[in-house]
Amino acid sequence: MYETDVRHTNPSVQPPAGGVVARGLGKRYGEMWALKDLDLDVEPGTVLGLLGHNGAGKTTAIRILTTLSSPSEGSATVAGIDVAAQPGAVRRRIGVAAQQATVDGLMSARANLVMVGRLHHLPKARARQRADELLERLELADNADQLVKTFSGGMRRRLDLAASLVAVPQVLFLDEPTTGLDPRSRGDLWEILRDLVRDGTTIILTTQYLEEADKLADDIVVLDHGRTVAHGSPEDLKAQIGDDRIDVKVPSVSELDHAARAMERFASAAPTFDHESLIVSVPIVEGTSLMQVMRALDSSGVDALDLNRRQATLDDVFLTLTDPDAPTEEVPA
Amino acid sequence: MTTITSPPVTEPGPTHSRTEPDHEGRGIATLWSDSLVYAGRNIAHIRQIPEKLLDVTVQPLMFVLLFAYVFGGAIGVSGGSYREYVIAGILLQSLAFGMTGPATAIATDLTEGVIDRFRSLPATRAAYLLGHFLAELAGMALSIVVLLTAGLVVGWRTHTNIGHVSGALLLLVLFASAMIWVGTWIGLKVRSPDAVMGVGFVVIFPLTFLSSAFVPIDTLPTVLAHIAAWNPISVMVGAVRVLFGNPVAPTSVHSWPLLHPVPAAYLYCLVLLALAIPASLRQYRKRTSD
Repeated sequence: MYETDVRHTNPSVQPPAGGVVARGLGKRYGEMWALKDLDLDVEPGTVLGLLGHNGAGKTTAIRILTTLSSPSEGSATVAGIDVAAQPGAVRRRIGVAAQQATVDGLMSARANLVMVGRLHHLPKARARQRADELLERLELADNADQLVKTFSGGMRRRLDLAASLVAVPQVLFLDEPTTGLDPRSRGDLWEILRDLVRDGTTIILTTQYLEEADKLADDIVVLDHGRTVAHGSPEDLKAQIGDDRIDVKVPSVSELDHAARAMERFASAAPTFDHESLIVSVPIVEGTSLMQVMRALDSSGVDALDLNRRQATLDDVFLTLTDPDAPTEEVPA
Repeated sequence: MTTITSPPVTEPGPTHSRTEPDHEGRGIATLWSDSLVYAGRNIAHIRQIPEKLLDVTVQPLMFVLLFAYVFGGAIGVSGGSYREYVIAGILLQSLAFGMTGPATAIATDLTEGVIDRFRSLPATRAAYLLGHFLAELAGMALSIVVLLTAGLVVGWRTHTNIGHVSGALLLLVLFASAMIWVGTWIGLKVRSPDAVMGVGFVVIFPLTFLSSAFVPIDTLPTVLAHIAAWNPISVMVGAVRVLFGNPVAPTSVHSWPLLHPVPAAYLYCLVLLALAIPASLRQYRKRTSD
């Protein structure tokens, strides 16, 4: 593989470049389609966020693209190589950090990375050197010789990421990389990923957090029950679902509409209603203050029991996308 | 990571040359070196949990002492000493139990995420199994050395030429290999590592005790004597005894394999290998693809 050698000999001449393309990708288990009709066009050096709840098909998509699972239909190429026809060639160009940490608990952090390097067929000295570089880079140098089973969740994630970076991947796959991390570790990880993208790495990550997809991804695919329900840039998605929201809890169902109307002039998109909890959620125009909303509610005579400002979540995406009142314009793919 | 000052991940500098083979990780040399990396992983595990080695060292040693000094006095063997008789039996039982090692290790790997990491790497697929095999074989070899040394201490000797003794050692290694592959297959077959010990006890204990491993076949009731006479373990043990020149304790039940223990034992091992290796590879492919 001539181009790989060039890249590894002098990466500044040819930075890692490789996009991901999927056409009609589907995976069936028995009668159930875990994934159906997935189309992707990920440009080299960009980040794709696969957004969805548990069981939406995110992990299935990652497993197919990383050659761990074969598709029931459709096709995909990673860095220009067909995943079904040449899985070995794909494996040499990708890094994978699965949802479940895939490092060996009974070995030290360094031994894990050296092992992965050796299995990437790096010479022994080079594998050791690369392990040290990555331990340093991911702030694990102080724990390099510690057994991995003693690591915290965040340290394990970082080591997992390091393991997936050993061979300088063109495309990096991360399955819910920040699930279970505290906010600080999450921010740290985002920072590392941004550095990687700056260096030309293509990243596909899955997440349940809209905020995460928004912060990191150039392009977002929203999956639900294996199907793509939205596809576009974070801006497109926001234009559709709005940004920050104000939740207003009212004493009765009849008050829901009343409250929504009172807040209409602050709304950046259609409101969503929770009839069980008696909460109306209004995406608000940037710069709106809580006080303005309170005054508006008060002057309309809405008896607001509770008022809460928050960021939009994945649930809001689904509520909006499946809400008949939501704007019907298509998000451009 | 706000304080990072080290070089960026994708800029490893001019030393980052890599001697990557221009193929898909196939070829004997790559298979071998990948296997050694995996075997090194098992060795690293033993360094972390040295108790793992007790199974193949202290446990058989206890059996030697138990049978040499506790039971041995009560068991007579015509044509020689019981201590010389029982060493082959303990060897075979230890090696047979050795199959729980790879079975547990592989079943554990399969329940953990690490197998997905291995599968997403460009290393040769079969190297994972071969690595386990090499590490386990090293453990079994250690077991053989420990047992024979202990045997020498309690009075066991060989009474044949170097050719026959080598033949016995080769047969032991062959049997160990066969048991490792059987264990590999079991490890790939069971759903959890806890199941392995159960399978081990249910299969290995009856198989080894209903044989000539510890008592002469003629001391058993007629029905059991016939079972023991056809038990492959009796044949294996008999072959090792013949090759070492240890007492065989003739039996009145005449089965063909027992009358020709050495060729029969080699045949059994080869058949077991011929069945277990392809079955393991097939099961591995099945367990690691969807």
